[in-house]
Amino acid sequence: MSPPYTPLVILVGAAFTENILLVNYLGMCSFLGVSREMKAAAGLGAAVTLVLSVSCTLNYLVNTYVLMRLDMLHLQFIAFMLIIAATVQLLEMIIERFSPRLYYALGIFLPLITVNCAILGVCLFMSIRNYNLAQSAAYGAGSGVGWWLAIVAMAGIRQRLQTARLPKGLDGPGITLIIAGIMALAFTGLAGMLNIR
Amino acid sequence: MIDFLLAILPSVAFLSLMAGVLALLLVIAEAHISNYGECKIVVNDEKEIAIAGGQSLLASLAARGIFLPSACGGRGTCAYCKAKVLEGGGPLLPTEEPYLTDDERKENVRLACQVKVRNDLKIDIPEELFNIREYRARVARIADLTYDIKELRLELTRPETIKFKAGQYVQLRAPKYPGNNQEAYRAYSVASPPSDNRAIELVIRKVPGGVCTTYVFEHLKEGDEVVFNGPYGEFTLCASDAQVVLVAGGSGFAPIRAMLLDNPEELERRNARFFFGANEKRDLFYTDLMKDITEKHPGIEFIPVLSRPSNGWDGETGLITQALERRLENADGKEFYLCGSPGMIDACVAIFTKKGASDDAIFYDKFA
Repeated sequence: MSPPYTPLVILVGAAFTENILLVNYLGMCSFLGVSREMKAAAGLGAAVTLVLSVSCTLNYLVNTYVLMRLDMLHLQFIAFMLIIAATVQLLEMIIERFSPRLYYALGIFLPLITVNCAILGVCLFMSIRNYNLAQSAAYGAGSGVGWWLAIVAMAGIRQRLQTARLPKGLDGPGITLIIAGIMALAFTGLAGMLNIR
Repeated sequence: MIDFLLAILPSVAFLSLMAGVLALLLVIAEAHISNYGECKIVVNDEKEIAIAGGQSLLASLAARGIFLPSACGGRGTCAYCKAKVLEGGGPLLPTEEPYLTDDERKENVRLACQVKVRNDLKIDIPEELFNIREYRARVARIADLTYDIKELRLELTRPETIKFKAGQYVQLRAPKYPGNNQEAYRAYSVASPPSDNRAIELVIRKVPGGVCTTYVFEHLKEGDEVVFNGPYGEFTLCASDAQVVLVAGGSGFAPIRAMLLDNPEELERRNARFFFGANEKRDLFYTDLMKDITEKHPGIEFIPVLSRPSNGWDGETGLITQALERRLENADGKEFYLCGSPGMIDACVAIFTKKGASDDAIFYDKFA
């Protein structure tokens, strides 16, 4: 049985109360690596949102209509990864062909996303929580927007850090992790507002 | 054991099938989506190339017989394949940024291996690149010039002739061999004159552990086929009346030998003096050839310089820079052509500049 939330609630919930990055702490490596600069952070966020929306929906279909029917649920991890990798390749091809401008903005980030654990995490949560098709699509898109929001917020903060005087040992990933922790604390303030589990 | 195999068989079959279907889908998608139709590349406003889009500019040009220099095989790491892309190249990619100076960016210089042909392009490349081709050749002779320098004579098989200027270089391909798992290209100056256009001769000094020299010294045999491309480079004799000073060390003899054989009359007219630096007597080579040339053309002087002379040596001694200090009274109005190691060239150029030579009269080809 799928849980009784409307797709809209799941979309908003996934972006704020269940933020994949700040509540579940997934997708951390690229969050730390690419949040130095606003333009790159926004590009990567957009690419993650796109890939999450598409691959979460596709994985729902594969999970429900192939893995469950054939009794192959124990292969879920590998199957999801294959689908994600193929989706990224396909998206890259399509964007390159039909929207060169978007390709130049997202191009170098797309292949990176294949190994972003937030994507696999979202697909697995979608399956564990028994979402239906509309809910899965909303959950994928919402999680992407949430990740986008978090990395853009972090990039904004880090840009201001450039002029701040930091202890040497904290410079770089150190201070970024501390800021991420404080941001996560702030996001727990939203936790009770919506439940989408 | 059999039970276990039977138990995992369906899962393995399922995964293989799934991966196969996805791969097939991607191949089909690539054929349809990444099909950019026929694109036109206008080169230097005169030559027009029509080619199926979807490949890199470097590969597209190579498919039509225009070879830009490239040592890394299109991976965007050597930055040799620079070309001006005037129209249709799209914005500069992050993979190109580290290799381009501000001036180059202003002039729309790009790395041809990173620019993909998706639409019609307008590009600008140096005129002499039209002459660059890939050549196949047969090793006709491998001779020892010294204990660590070999001379190679390569007779062209396809195409059968080559057009180049004395002083230019080619890139020889070292194929995969045991101990080397990647093809590599290394640059060597042509030591034979352009009139000998059915073959080229290279002078190669052994570099311990070097990919291409190991291939030449340990694997290559007479009769083998080799591949090279070229010619490249601007290290050629300029037309003027200035006196000529030639300086070489080791295998740097090669381009100068080509110049001497190509037009000894011109070098004689311009009172050429050729300083050749070596450690010991056993490092000297082409001495008979030089004797021959200087006898026929008394206006050319050959000055070998040994840093560790043995008994009975009555020529110049010391470092080549010391010999230049002694023998060169005034550098003003002379032209200098140097080929050898970066250290030797930098030291010699410092002396010429000190003695009054202007920068635009000093030409060199450094071994990188």
